[in-house]
Amino acid sequence: MTGQLDSIYEVARRSFLRSMRQPAAFVPAIVFPLFLLAVNSAGLDAATGIPGFPTDSYVTFALAIPFIQGGTFTLLNSGTDLATDIETGFLNRMAMTPLGGPALLAGMLGGSMAIALIQTAFYIAIGFTVGADFAAGAAGVPMLFLLSLVICFAFSCVGVFTALRVGTGEAMQSMFPVFFVFLFFSSMAMPRDLIEQDWFRTVATINPLSYLIEGIRSLYVVGFDWEALGLAFGVSAILIAVFLSLAAASLRTTLVRT
Amino acid sequence: MSGGAGFWGVARAVAWRSTHNFVTNPALVLPAMIFPLFFFGAFAGGLSNIDSSPGFDYPNGYTAFEFGFVLMQASAFGGVFTGFGIARDFESGFGRRLMLAAPNRLGILGGYVISSLIRALMVMTLLFAIGLLAGMDVSSNLPELVTLIGLALFLNFAIGMWAAGIALRFRSIQAGPLMQTPVFLILFLTPVYVPRELLSSWVQDVARFNPVTPVIEASRSLIAGSHDGLLLAFACVGALVLLFGISAVTGMRDAEASG
Amino acid sequence: MSESASEWAIEVEGLTQKFRKGPLAVDGIDLHVERGEIYGFLGPNGAGKSTTVLMLTTLLPPTGGVARVGGFDIAREGGRVRSVIGAALQEAALDAHLTAREHMRLQTALQGVPKPERRARGDELIERVGLAEAADRKVGGYSGGMKRRLDLALALVHGPEILFLDEPTTGLDPQSRSSLWEEVERLADDEGMTVFLTTQYLEEADRLADRVGIIDRGKIVAEGTPAMLKAEVGEPSVSARAADPSDRGRLVEVLGRFGSASGPEDEDAAWVRLDPGCGGLVEVVRALDAEGLQVADLQLHEPTLDDVFLEKTGRKLEGAGEEQGDESGEFEAVSA
Repeated sequence: MTGQLDSIYEVARRSFLRSMRQPAAFVPAIVFPLFLLAVNSAGLDAATGIPGFPTDSYVTFALAIPFIQGGTFTLLNSGTDLATDIETGFLNRMAMTPLGGPALLAGMLGGSMAIALIQTAFYIAIGFTVGADFAAGAAGVPMLFLLSLVICFAFSCVGVFTALRVGTGEAMQSMFPVFFVFLFFSSMAMPRDLIEQDWFRTVATINPLSYLIEGIRSLYVVGFDWEALGLAFGVSAILIAVFLSLAAASLRTTLVRT
Repeated sequence: MSGGAGFWGVARAVAWRSTHNFVTNPALVLPAMIFPLFFFGAFAGGLSNIDSSPGFDYPNGYTAFEFGFVLMQASAFGGVFTGFGIARDFESGFGRRLMLAAPNRLGILGGYVISSLIRALMVMTLLFAIGLLAGMDVSSNLPELVTLIGLALFLNFAIGMWAAGIALRFRSIQAGPLMQTPVFLILFLTPVYVPRELLSSWVQDVARFNPVTPVIEASRSLIAGSHDGLLLAFACVGALVLLFGISAVTGMRDAEASG
Repeated sequence: MSESASEWAIEVEGLTQKFRKGPLAVDGIDLHVERGEIYGFLGPNGAGKSTTVLMLTTLLPPTGGVARVGGFDIAREGGRVRSVIGAALQEAALDAHLTAREHMRLQTALQGVPKPERRARGDELIERVGLAEAADRKVGGYSGGMKRRLDLALALVHGPEILFLDEPTTGLDPQSRSSLWEEVERLADDEGMTVFLTTQYLEEADRLADRVGIIDRGKIVAEGTPAMLKAEVGEPSVSARAADPSDRGRLVEVLGRFGSASGPEDEDAAWVRLDPGCGGLVEVVRALDAEGLQVADLQLHEPTLDDVFLEKTGRKLEGAGEEQGDESGEFEAVSA
């Protein structure tokens, strides 16, 4: 057991180091969401004047978005790393060791979580730096960490599964616009009940990303809104259950060792 | 062969090949068509309630307001995609073949530009169709519509020159982010979602000095049947054309010098 | 050491791999590799070498036949097989963003080397393959030869009894190739390691292998020591090219007096494998002279492993792979 934990730690460490050594993959995950946050919160500040808008600070409202965008980058990076391992044969190298498939998966996801932890801490710090409200108070910070990490974990599972299906880093990167579409057609920029167009509101309502954004947003805007938090954790749990199972099954197929 | 004839002969051939590649390759045509529609849907659909915020006084509604931005954005990104095509051609060695075969090498650049304008027209036609189907309120008359399309094509030309300058210097698709990111930044530092006066302080300041802001504002004016800021918009794009045109031509000389 | 008392390091009977909608990549092969020997598995691209290695290293379940590696069944005892083997597969599977030392750290941990021994084991192997100076540099900047050497070192971290090397020198410069050969020889000679080496290079098989198995289109067409195989082919061959192409018929007839026609299909040249006691090249020259045949080119060929391949398949080894498609491509098509 200790040996397996040790191996999981080493796989996670390698995954973490590798990501940190690719600024081209890591830096956009930090900079791009901040750019959009800055532009959106400045451009859409007028929206806080719409009757029923839940806060008078658009930056407070929009701060949930970088967490989700960061999660999207976690998804892409974990997926691309795994796809590259498949392409280069590195996965075969690991498959020839006594390490089991679940332990390998745990190691890879562990590395992604370490990156997600840094991203989360960074976004929280940015929130405080720009003077956003944080309605949940000090007790909400651990909850924010927990929810953000659970969301990133769910996204990593999607990334790992997708990588195992598409098999190449290039194909994985080309999935980026798909995740972008999910993000833009959610309640990212406007509360769902204030979305005027029926078709858009319907799309945002069936889009699971809306609930993840609203869970994080609730801590900034409302405080402990257990319904929003429950939905965010619930949707994350469903994503994890579905995509972790699919990833484990795909990994068994990919690691067709006897 | 005279220099002029050489230029147009080469430009026609390169434009045909580049346009043919575009229309027969789904990997090129789909993103070019879908991305503008995606932004149009996301902005006009998701944020339409913003027109009820205090101070929002655009007369033709939020769909038309966002259409003005998306039209110019699609045009600008069409120019970026042209740069991608040039970079890909030089990376694969096809660019060198063109350089060897073309009596007038500036004709190569001309060909890419013509192809870019054709592609932009295709994307704009689709955007107009979707916009009208979505119930967009257009108050412009025919000359104003033609001017709007002319402004969009002029912007496409300017950004195409920018991307070509980068592509011809780096001659690798690895330079893609260098072509794309500044265009993305400059576009999103304009009044994307609301009129300039409703922007919060720092973005308002940036937008005031952003040369693309007058272009976005003029496009919205034209859709609303007004000519406000039209001269300034054309002057700004004209300046960009001059600046990036020099960059593209010197880029071509750079490519020639590198063999 | 393996718990098995088998005298063979590798025993294979009827091993088969049939890919979906594809041909039989490996068609019921039998082979036995003794402990401590270097076994060269020679064949053109697409012959089935890499597929065989993937099966023997447990990365690809066979669709038929049985094989035991280190005394363990590859289909039912995959974990135990992996504990006694090391492998450097066709592509040096390395992470460009890690250093050699970091690769060692990961590999020793995954292979279960006790923690206190990991650093020393890694350093020793890095030193042995001549990468000490580059040990803290990221692998992305390594040359092909350095990557191959690191790949080999990684395959050795857990002290395997049997080492699989799949085309270890493909794409390497002569100097890197030579240094890798020396290391493989040292492993077999000094450490008694069994080495199963696939290659498409005759020279490599000739130089390194104690015994050679030649595979073509998924079947083993010859097996034995290089000397034995070459002796089986027998006498040397003679090839001649008529100065006047219209004389080719007469040339074939004259050469036919000295042995059986052999050699590649060639519109200009005629080939014959000399019969024992036929008098050799001297008699051939005399006969051609007596017939008044002018030749543009006349050559004596001592038997090589290529001749063995030619004898068994009717084709030269060089270029044979081009007819057979790309083996790895076939595998990808199936696993996709």
